[in-house]
Amino acid sequence: MSINQLVFTQPASETALTMTSTPLRAVSPITGPERMRLSEISVFYDGVPAVRQASLSIHQGEVLALIGPSGCGKTTLLRTLNRLTELTPNASHSGQITLDGADIHELEDTKLRTRVSMVFQQPNPFPMSIFDNVAFALREQSRRRPRRRELEPLVKHALQRAGLYEEVRGDLERPALRLSGGQQQRLCIARAIATEPEILLMDEPCSALDPRSTAVIEELILQLRNELAIVIVTHNLQQARRIADRVAFMYLGDLVELGDAGQLFAAPREERTREYIAGAFG
Amino acid sequence: MVGSQPIISPNLVAPPRRRGRRSSVRSWRRGDQLIFVLAWTAGLTLCAITASIVIFLAVKGVAYLDPKLLVTSPSPSVSQAGSGGFLDAIEGTVTLAVLGTLIATPLAVISAIWVVEYGRPRWLVGIVESSIELIAGTPDIVIAIFGLALFQLGILAPLSFRSSGGGVYGRSFLAAGIMMSLLALPLTYTATRNGLRAVPRQVREASYALGKTRIATIRRVLLPGIRPNVATGAVLGMGRIIGDTAIVVVLLGATLQTSPENGVPLLGFLRGTGSTLSSYIYNNSPAGEGNAPQKAYAAVFVLVLIVLALNAIVARISRIGARSAAGAGRLSQ
Repeated sequence: MSINQLVFTQPASETALTMTSTPLRAVSPITGPERMRLSEISVFYDGVPAVRQASLSIHQGEVLALIGPSGCGKTTLLRTLNRLTELTPNASHSGQITLDGADIHELEDTKLRTRVSMVFQQPNPFPMSIFDNVAFALREQSRRRPRRRELEPLVKHALQRAGLYEEVRGDLERPALRLSGGQQQRLCIARAIATEPEILLMDEPCSALDPRSTAVIEELILQLRNELAIVIVTHNLQQARRIADRVAFMYLGDLVELGDAGQLFAAPREERTREYIAGAFG
Repeated sequence: MVGSQPIISPNLVAPPRRRGRRSSVRSWRRGDQLIFVLAWTAGLTLCAITASIVIFLAVKGVAYLDPKLLVTSPSPSVSQAGSGGFLDAIEGTVTLAVLGTLIATPLAVISAIWVVEYGRPRWLVGIVESSIELIAGTPDIVIAIFGLALFQLGILAPLSFRSSGGGVYGRSFLAAGIMMSLLALPLTYTATRNGLRAVPRQVREASYALGKTRIATIRRVLLPGIRPNVATGAVLGMGRIIGDTAIVVVLLGATLQTSPENGVPLLGFLRGTGSTLSSYIYNNSPAGEGNAPQKAYAAVFVLVLIVLALNAIVARISRIGARSAAGAGRLSQ
């Protein structure tokens, strides 16, 4: 599919739109096995709930989009999945999240984050070369080793999967910050998938990009979907329509509705979802 | 001016314009005009003062600077012709600058990392910050006297030497270098701390999200990113050390010649006494014992050249830093 098609024509994920509707908060027919499960997750900042009692599952091979108006708790919920909320001193949570059946709070945070990696809203490559940005993810903590020769094929593979390799192959030593915004975001994706994570979290990854770069990233998300589970926060309903298999609508900290993208956009069950999709608020 | 130009259709050959017409100063309010004039006057006055100092010193310095002075050691003599040059003072300046910077930089960087990246408990951070501010505000003569009391303790005898009576002398390159590092420390600390604080939270989060520990993030992401800040701080600190006199006079022994202690070559030198350009200038000024103003002027000229070179290095490092920040683009958002 070409870039122009993605931007200006048909939504990419036709299949998502033709899926059968499913009951509220029920798992839709997903092909892949369940990787992550959230049970009654609440997140609080200074004791004030930002997310209330959210329960859902995340399956391999799907793109799950979290949508909702600003401040509804989408990003907070996403950051709970790799325990980044723990970096906020006044944040606390209740409920349980499992990754392949194991409680993520029992795993070491560093191990968890190599299995559940994340791409942020703003492209945020480190002030080092393209190669080192990806190699940094692969190296063990602060070590310089393993040697460059051993890392080269892994870095190349990650850049290829992120669709960036052909554009930068001539000069992997170029400072990453000299790349365009779209390229920087693809580098961040390469970095995030270099450790072969099971889940990729994306927090509005296209909101700082132009339509053309957005299309490239969306195409990439659809390709990556076959290898891992993707949870994406987006403000852009069109984007959710184009790429999501399932959509979760959040409002004021509540997970209001979760369903197949096709069902949720065509025939939402909840009044608030209907109003949001119709553009009544948000 | 307009009349002298050939008449050409402006649509065809419009000369490039830098900017359009602006409001005339005469049309401004009286108060605005006054501030405008004061701003220009203040700026030009500062330039004039600096230029007159540099020109005066350059004229005097060039007149009295004999290349031989740079390569001969001072020697005791009643005649100026026989009292030698200031090679030892240059050696002393370089030694103290290197020693002080080597001690101050790691301490300052590690303190700044602790304050910005760990910073718990808060009250301890407050104490560390206040202590560094206090050091920065302490007159160097106070630091020097404290150093003398400290290094004359018997337990610290290995850092200087014992005089023939058995007392600890307390004056040496090591003693002066350690106390000099206190002058450089606040400058390097502040530069590093500000550099770390300027790194946006997203950069740290990006590293944590890749499964990196805090210390790996500091070592591999933050420190390489703030290298220009650390370097600028270190060079500024070096300039502070080079310009200081009180600590040299009190803690380096103020012997114009370097006089190494017996023993291991480098260690003996560091345990011994000597001089720096600043103490040499003081000694040879009319206020000092040497009273050889011509040589003092020559030494001043060399010192000014070193300080100017350091300033040029700071400017260059800052430019490199600004360039990489510009390349970063979103780092400043």
